[in-house]
Amino acid sequence: MDFLTLLQILDSTIRLATPLLFACLAGLYSERAGIFDIGLEGKMLMAAFFSAAFASLYGNVWLGLMAGIASSLVLAALHGVASITFRGNQLISGVAINFLAAGLTVLIAQAWFSQGGRTPSLSGAERFQPITLPFAETLSGVPILGPIYAELISGHTILVYVAFLAVPATWYLLFRTRFGLRLRAVGENPEAVDTAGISVTGLRYAAVAICGVLCGLAGAYLSTGLAAGFVKDMSAGRGFIALAALIFAKWRPWYAMFATLLFGFLQALALRTDVVEGIVGFKVPSSLLDALPYILTVVILAGFVGKAIPPRAGGEPYVKER
Amino acid sequence: MTFVKSLLGGAAALALSAVGALAEPAVIFDLGGKFDKSFNEAAFNGAQRWADETGGKFLEIELTSEAQREQALRRFAEAGANPIITTGFAFATPVEAVAGDYPDTKFVNIDGFLPEIPENVLMISFQEHQGSYLVGMLAAMKSESGTVGFVGGMDIPLIRHFGCGYAQGAKSVNPDITIISNMTGTTPAAWNDPVKGSELTKAQISQGADVVYAAAGGTGVGVLQAAADEGIFSIGVDSNQNYLHPGSVLTSMLKRVDVAVYESMKAGADIETGKGMVLGLAEEGVGYAVDENNEALLSAEMLAEVEAAREAIISGDLEVAAYYANNSCPAHEF
Repeated sequence: MDFLTLLQILDSTIRLATPLLFACLAGLYSERAGIFDIGLEGKMLMAAFFSAAFASLYGNVWLGLMAGIASSLVLAALHGVASITFRGNQLISGVAINFLAAGLTVLIAQAWFSQGGRTPSLSGAERFQPITLPFAETLSGVPILGPIYAELISGHTILVYVAFLAVPATWYLLFRTRFGLRLRAVGENPEAVDTAGISVTGLRYAAVAICGVLCGLAGAYLSTGLAAGFVKDMSAGRGFIALAALIFAKWRPWYAMFATLLFGFLQALALRTDVVEGIVGFKVPSSLLDALPYILTVVILAGFVGKAIPPRAGGEPYVKER
Repeated sequence: MTFVKSLLGGAAALALSAVGALAEPAVIFDLGGKFDKSFNEAAFNGAQRWADETGGKFLEIELTSEAQREQALRRFAEAGANPIITTGFAFATPVEAVAGDYPDTKFVNIDGFLPEIPENVLMISFQEHQGSYLVGMLAAMKSESGTVGFVGGMDIPLIRHFGCGYAQGAKSVNPDITIISNMTGTTPAAWNDPVKGSELTKAQISQGADVVYAAAGGTGVGVLQAAADEGIFSIGVDSNQNYLHPGSVLTSMLKRVDVAVYESMKAGADIETGKGMVLGLAEEGVGYAVDENNEALLSAEMLAEVEAAREAIISGDLEVAAYYANNSCPAHEF
């Protein structure tokens, strides 16, 4: 495998890891506050549809992004009402959101565009275009570092940079601010937070809302950054891979970035079976590489590599007085 | 009295026409969806053409899950639809299971294979490898890098059949050509993953491919998009997809599912069943698309060579090996 092939695979890794990273961070906020979220997939799908639809209708991808985030927030609010206010089962609410999104997107797409549950293909200002970072051209002549900068770091859409900047931002917010401390506490020991006179409900709603915004970004990136338009079920299980990455990352932001990059790398490798064959010496079925994220997660959960302990109050609705 | 008579007569006529209306043909679209811009859309176009020409109506349903196949067949059969046309290889077994229970209903399946065809079933298949051979030739003639790509949808023998014909066609022009092939996945979700389709295409481009052939249903939309974004050529499938990215889509391998559906509907309840029907180049069941969107991309010499090959295949002088023959391809290893 030569240097350029490696760069190409890593480039593909970054593109494929971005939606996973957004969704993984979304799950991180929600689950750190004690709200399990199976519905990442559904929120992503809904946002993917509304961003593509609004971008197509108004010819502006930013409007599309706003619509995507708004639609994802609506589903997040639904999850919040069901699991925080009405103390329902968080898993069931999440599954319901996935079904709702899978059905609603196709239904609305059919009503609006009559193209069998897809949006028209997007072009020009209806899509996020790759950004060439300054000096990418001039520096590309520098050995090793030049191509890395020009090929790997430059030339992605803005959402990719937002995703990777969201990692230190999340770390700072969760571990260096008062809000973050309270948010984590509400996922570990909500009684203590309540005793201190801070609203458990409010904090949990805030976490769920942040989760909605991040899922909205993930969906918008899928349909207006990676692809050019929405087709039914286009999230294709990425929400679940993100959940697996969250467990793999033990609910920590930096680990989340490495986990999603690893999973993205595995997906990128699955596209290049020739390279894998060259390295290991025999033909590896690409479906095995596709399944590796799940296999790795099971290995982690089984306790072979460290221990993944979820937030203690996760999945439990908070009842003030029993 | 006369009034009552005419009233009764009217009622009887209504009842009769109701019976007539019940014998509407029905189409069941496979999981890719009616507007996949490809296979199912071709079936829909055929049905729509029949409806426009005859003023008739047809029943239709788009499947949303595997479990609905038999249910949809039974529901249409109960409703008196005739013939019932199904698209997609996965319908073969459900059709076989249901056909015996409704001996008066005719069933048509496109793409499927049954070792024994029931009396009231017509199996239509296409010689996809012949059409793919021709577009493979065009790809090899257009390619400057000496590398061409193939992106399949779900990894099933039918799709390998496409890829195999393509590889043979490409090799016939340039024996040293490199053919890169990838399948999107192993589940039906592989028909609807344009993101993976476009990543696969980018991966093939980085390996040097400058013409990519997509036989992947809805996933192909992503393949054609990535090819247009990166400035290489692509080849569409099933329907004429030249219009999607004029100047980038080199041609489309036409599979005239629309003709098959149209003819079946035209024959109506009298359609001949109990046999298999194979549509190849000779029957114009497969072919390649040339229209105003791609005529600038194809030179006269290219077209002349492909036409010569087409005639040689029809006359039997040139034989394209089918992947089905012994589940392997002489020109390419998947």
